[in-house]
Amino acid sequence: MDTILQHGLTGISLGGAYALIAIGYTLVYGILRLINFAHGDIFMMAGYFMIFAFANFPWYIAIILVLIATVILGVAIEKAAYSPLRNAPRMSVMISAIGVSYLLQNLATYLFTALPMSYPEIPGLKKILIIGNLTASLVTFITPIVTIVLSAGLIILINNTKIGMSMRAVSRDYEAAQLMGIKLNTTISFTFAVGSLLAAIGSILYFTDRMMVFPFSGSLPGLKCFVAAVLGGIGSIPGAVIGGFILGIGETILIACGQSTFSDAFTFVLLIIILLFRPTGIFGEKVIDKV
Amino acid sequence: MLKIENLKVNYGGIEAVKGISFDIKQGEIVTLIGANGAGKSTTLRTISSLVKPASGSINFLGNDITGIPAHQIVKAGITLCPEGRHIFPDMTVLENIKIGAYLRNDNLDKDIEKVYDLFPILKERNWQLAGTLSGGEQQMLAVARGLMSNPKLMMLDEPSLGLAPLVVKDIFNVITEINKTGVTILLVEQNANMALKIADRAYVLETGRITMQGTGKELIENEKIIEAYLGKQAK
Repeated sequence: MDTILQHGLTGISLGGAYALIAIGYTLVYGILRLINFAHGDIFMMAGYFMIFAFANFPWYIAIILVLIATVILGVAIEKAAYSPLRNAPRMSVMISAIGVSYLLQNLATYLFTALPMSYPEIPGLKKILIIGNLTASLVTFITPIVTIVLSAGLIILINNTKIGMSMRAVSRDYEAAQLMGIKLNTTISFTFAVGSLLAAIGSILYFTDRMMVFPFSGSLPGLKCFVAAVLGGIGSIPGAVIGGFILGIGETILIACGQSTFSDAFTFVLLIIILLFRPTGIFGEKVIDKV
Repeated sequence: MLKIENLKVNYGGIEAVKGISFDIKQGEIVTLIGANGAGKSTTLRTISSLVKPASGSINFLGNDITGIPAHQIVKAGITLCPEGRHIFPDMTVLENIKIGAYLRNDNLDKDIEKVYDLFPILKERNWQLAGTLSGGEQQMLAVARGLMSNPKLMMLDEPSLGLAPLVVKDIFNVITEINKTGVTILLVEQNANMALKIADRAYVLETGRITMQGTGKELIENEKIIEAYLGKQAK
């Protein structure tokens, strides 16, 4: 029983980090109908930012710097690679996103070499806590809490604030949103900023646990979180969170059963199953095109 | 109030508007009539800056507004109720009304009250998702939403599209009512008969050019118009 709980906790924690990244995919998809393939690499870059920020500043300033730098990176990518293609076919934007993804990976290889670098230890986060029969580091305990608090906050932001209203309007209808006086580019930039911010927080939680960053450490988690977003229903924030948790827990269970070879395959089998039987995902919006 | 000079617009590779000039005076109802593809919607969309013109100028209240960003057009006091209504279906009726006032920071309660007085049915549907409204109600919502920006000029693109004749009558009554409160109206319609009846002045648009103009009354009695747009029985 204790082992099950213990693995469950690990799974929920991994799932929480996945969820934070998955939200970025879902937000951008909701607004631009674009799968931002560079999102996983933004997450990886956030890992490197932390290594360098940590080396030069106290940890609390380093965290803030990482968050800011990641947001700037995300918004800059949008401005440079997606915004000029606003009226281009969706396929062009997607190809541009794939290009940015490779660019970031190769840039990281060039700048930081392909050798894994060790991720700094933020004081306290690795401290081992024992609660009842559960033993885990602090980061394992706080990841799901951070995830839930942030996603709840985001949902409140989207439903109750003016900027949230403009996000909903733009995601539904570009032209009508503009006719209301909503600034398209500001809203899109804001969406990328939020997505990147969550990816940066996710990267701190994820890499603190993994302790290593290398130029491709964003690609597999990125793909998995994309699957999490699809699983939950792309475009839906609660969906992305649930999808993240399902993947995290499923993967951990497989590892616990000694099937760690298949833990990555699990994700993609799940993707195939969901695409076959419920392509809109768990919380997917029903597609009603009324003209 | 609005002065358009020699406006040319390319749309999807073709020249949809081929150099038109017209003007609207404060307090008027002006209508653009014409067949499908004559360039009516493109003209409105260009005024709203959803489409950029190839050449020509648009002047509003003495300011050149040609090609300025769409949100500044709204700020200047021009609102467009687009063809096909384009309400936000997954927001509630109230949210749709509120988003119409997106650029305003003052208290909205009085104005919400006003549009609910104008469209009592919307008040009943306050909390309903806008996508569940009937076509006529959606059109009313689109007009209500447009009014919330406190426009000086309201442009309506085919407000009668796909609606039952009785509902069309309601919508046109409301348009005249709105006009009486001091909002200038630019109306684009295929339903030329209804449009000409309420219009002070009208322009006829044919394949991107203005071919005729006059008061609503003149045009409704014009032989050519009757033949082309109103049908013989309108005599």
